[in-house]
Amino acid sequence: MDAIGLEHYLILAGLLFTMGMFGIFLNRKNVIIILMCIELMLLAVNINFVAFSAFLGDLTGQVFTMFILTVAAAEAAIGLAILVIFFRNKGSIAVEDISSMRG
Amino acid sequence: MLQPIAFYLFAAVTLISAFQVITAKNPVHSVLFLILAFFNAAGLFVLLGAEFVAMILVIVYVGAVAVLFLFVVMMLDMGFAELRKGAMQYVPLGLVIGGILMAELVVIYNAWEPVAQVTANLANPVTDMKNTESLGLILYTDYVYAFQIAGLILLVAMIGAIVLTHRKRPGVRRQKIIEQNNRKRTDAMEIVKINPGEGI
Repeated sequence: MDAIGLEHYLILAGLLFTMGMFGIFLNRKNVIIILMCIELMLLAVNINFVAFSAFLGDLTGQVFTMFILTVAAAEAAIGLAILVIFFRNKGSIAVEDISSMRG
Repeated sequence: MLQPIAFYLFAAVTLISAFQVITAKNPVHSVLFLILAFFNAAGLFVLLGAEFVAMILVIVYVGAVAVLFLFVVMMLDMGFAELRKGAMQYVPLGLVIGGILMAELVVIYNAWEPVAQVTANLANPVTDMKNTESLGLILYTDYVYAFQIAGLILLVAMIGAIVLTHRKRPGVRRQKIIEQNNRKRTDAMEIVKINPGEGI
């Protein structure tokens, strides 16, 4: 086992991002799992930011990771609130039921 | 010697739990595996020397976001099994698009190399200060506007979530301050002159 370099973290983040992408296709009907997959993809982006920050010796990446965390938390709160009122109105969270506007 | 072992352990558990998140039959299990993935990602951040971000990840993601997901999954009482019906027909498309994405990432990673100008002109180079201290020194000075905007985003999200999920319930007694203040003495009592020996 040699020392862990930047490539290891990049490969891990790439795999995690692809897995989140694949999860959206696998759970196309369940909005909650889709939101969780988006969180996984954001986590992969954060790993990339922190890995570059560490291996370049620059702290900016970690600052931006905190901003991404903030926005992700806001997004999760709003998304779940929309989900709750949608379930209250329609009694379902299946994606194909969210088509009232015929878009 | 210990660092590669720790990296491979954290990375493997992160990837396995991410796989469990997208394939678990029960959404509660998905949320719990998401929490496990976040914990292990925090471990990776500690390995990278970003202790503060690791702690923030544990506090914000595990303590707030994942628990929020858990609440919502448990609050929405529905048949999750039928939501998974027919999911397999999208697997080939997902594999194709995921494969394309992975191939593109591999191409980018192979072609990328650090430019000398970037490594020579770092915006906030790491000093021998502690991680939290140096982050605080640049977060509240160089990035103060972005920091304020982040706080504003959280405020908007909080108000939005409250407004969206708040509902008026009938039959709840609330204090009506306008009616209280508009109440006059004549609304509540009446002066009656009673003559002796007659009654009302």
